[in-house]
Amino acid sequence: MYGKKVKLRLLFIVIILITLVLTTFLILKSLEENVVYFQSPTEIKSLMELDNNKIRIGGMVKENSIIINSKEVNFIITDFKNEINVSYSGAVPNLFSEGEGVVAEGFLKDRNFFYATKILAKHDENYMPPEVKEALGDK
Amino acid sequence: MIYSLIGNYSLILGLITGLILFYLSFKNFQNPKLLNSQILSFTFFQLFFVLVSFICLILSFVVSDFSNETVFNNSHTTKPLFYKISGTWGNHEGSLLLWLLVLTLFIYIFLLKTKNQSVKYKILTLVFQQIIIVGFFVFLIKTSNPFNYLFPIPAEGLGLNPILQDPALAIHPPILYLGYVGSSIIFSSVLAASCLKIVNSSWAIHIKKWILTSWIFLTLGILLGSIWAYYELGWGGFWFWDPVENVSLMPWIALTTLLHCILVLERKSILTSWVVILSIATFTLSMCGTFLVRSGILNSVHTFANDPERGLFILIFLFILIFLSLCIFFFFHKDENKKFQSFFWLSKETSILINNWFMMYFLSVVLIGTVYPIFLDVITSEKISVGPPFYHKLMLPFLIPFLLMMAIGPRLKWIKSKLDNKIYLISLLSISILFSFLILNFFNQKILINTVLISSGLYLFFITLRDFFISKNKNLSQNFAHFGFSLLILSILFNNLFSSEIITNLKVGETFENGDTKIIFKSINQKKEKNYNSIIANFKIQNSNGKKDEFFPELRIYNQPVIATSEADIKTTIMQDKFIVINLVQNQDFFNVRYQVKPLMVWIWLSVLLIASGGLISFLKKRL
Repeated sequence: MYGKKVKLRLLFIVIILITLVLTTFLILKSLEENVVYFQSPTEIKSLMELDNNKIRIGGMVKENSIIINSKEVNFIITDFKNEINVSYSGAVPNLFSEGEGVVAEGFLKDRNFFYATKILAKHDENYMPPEVKEALGDK
Repeated sequence: MIYSLIGNYSLILGLITGLILFYLSFKNFQNPKLLNSQILSFTFFQLFFVLVSFICLILSFVVSDFSNETVFNNSHTTKPLFYKISGTWGNHEGSLLLWLLVLTLFIYIFLLKTKNQSVKYKILTLVFQQIIIVGFFVFLIKTSNPFNYLFPIPAEGLGLNPILQDPALAIHPPILYLGYVGSSIIFSSVLAASCLKIVNSSWAIHIKKWILTSWIFLTLGILLGSIWAYYELGWGGFWFWDPVENVSLMPWIALTTLLHCILVLERKSILTSWVVILSIATFTLSMCGTFLVRSGILNSVHTFANDPERGLFILIFLFILIFLSLCIFFFFHKDENKKFQSFFWLSKETSILINNWFMMYFLSVVLIGTVYPIFLDVITSEKISVGPPFYHKLMLPFLIPFLLMMAIGPRLKWIKSKLDNKIYLISLLSISILFSFLILNFFNQKILINTVLISSGLYLFFITLRDFFISKNKNLSQNFAHFGFSLLILSILFNNLFSSEIITNLKVGETFENGDTKIIFKSINQKKEKNYNSIIANFKIQNSNGKKDEFFPELRIYNQPVIATSEADIKTTIMQDKFIVINLVQNQDFFNVRYQVKPLMVWIWLSVLLIASGGLISFLKKRL
């Protein structure tokens, strides 16, 4: 039969292989579940069906669209082709204002209404998130 | 004007010195009896030139010389002197100059301090380090020269982003860079050592100090960044699993793993390949970090405006370095210990190795979470982001055996060991489980994974705590670091479980009531400072037990650039932080108010300091 050494080595290799496979499986599986997709208002309009996954929407905050009351902030995200109403109750970042780019994370109620759970802050007045830039096209 | 001129030529001289050093090393390498004294002096010259350049840039910032493009883009005359200086490395060009400064500083100290190693090894390390240095020189001069002229000379600069005008963030980049760039020395010397086939225990003892230096600075750098994010960004969190944060965590995990491997190599001369791979990985990850942050391809809440061309250069440079190191690894590196070493399951090295695998797992989770969105974007142009649930789900379950291993591993002996005091270990474990069960029951949090996690955290906590007082031949540095880690995990867990938050929009004079907490927005005052106007709000908050606190969160509107920032007001006590921050919503009377109670916040910072101090003790300890 094989020596003790060989057996040990084999055992090692098998264990490592199994671990690797399991790890990859685990990581891919939870990636699938926890990924947040980014969409522009136009893409949402053309969605076939709505699911209740968390998504991100990006675009410009429409001029004169921010309405605030004690519970929530309402505003409209536009990509100059389509718009979507957003309702948000949470902390608002400082660089959030009308005519500026914005990324909101949350859930769709329907094709025209979005419940945001988070508005992402940006740190630089010149910075435009790449997605938003793309969603806005050449504007 | 004059400073830019000197700085610019100084940079070019530094690059030329680098090339001379290649030539000198080559000559010296053929006759390696003694280290050529010229090498040392030229290394010093190089350091000197970069330092001159750096000082020139600082002076340009101090005198607000707007003929310099970097100064124009990032400074303003009304800025306080402290932030004029820190603005030097608060931008892309300046921070790369700082990279270069640290690179040259480290190689000089390395040549000066390394005594017991062969001349060949020193020269080779110098050569590899010079490859990196020259690469960065070219990068700096070609794509991001900090001394570009502007004509006509603008009267006023654009100003520094206000959220960077903060004491913690002023010193965060230098400290973090000492850690990041410190890993370059490890990278260079591991390549040199594997070329010369001297990856053995005496090399391990020598390189350990460098690993520790880099590790301590990286730990402190991450800590500073985290504290800054906590009080400045207004979200009240300390870690967001944001790509920019992840890229600093990845080299840290790799470096921590390397640190443990070096301990094994020091004693037993095994795991040599593993050490080489980890050293290469650490530096590569640091470079990747720079690439990802500076190239603008990252989608991050921390991203600042930047230029994609620079990213391409770093990417190419990175590939060359990886290719070079892989070639060296495969062609030169041979596992010297082909003889079968005795191997036992229950030994210190096995437990270190197992925890290494765990850390590699954590590292790959972070890596995949960070780069997967980038790849998907490139391949399918689908935009996604990976949030905290992904990391939590994949990491938390594996933290449990990891923590248990951390508790038991250090108690084992090298080579072969048996577990002493089994009864004591098991009784401590049951006490921990009981404790965690009682705590969570008391607060009505009955989720199995939390109970188990807190149990294993407590277990590590108790064991390391007891070791402080009892263990005979104790390893103080290990004890400190592991104790700190248990404290960190426990504080984070409790912090996550028991934080509470109220978000509301209020006008001045209004009151918000929620259950037993009452928030009264009393008044606002205006104050005028040199470079910003501020609105200071006055809040009175009444807690469930009737205790009243007064808070003064601030809203600053900087005049150049015109940006509003929120300054949170935080009341810190040993048990909890109370955190309030306000935001103004454009053209509205309402203020957006966020009030949080965060337990054990201060312990998170303290525990990281404890971990770092463990490293410091090990660094200062004389080897017996």
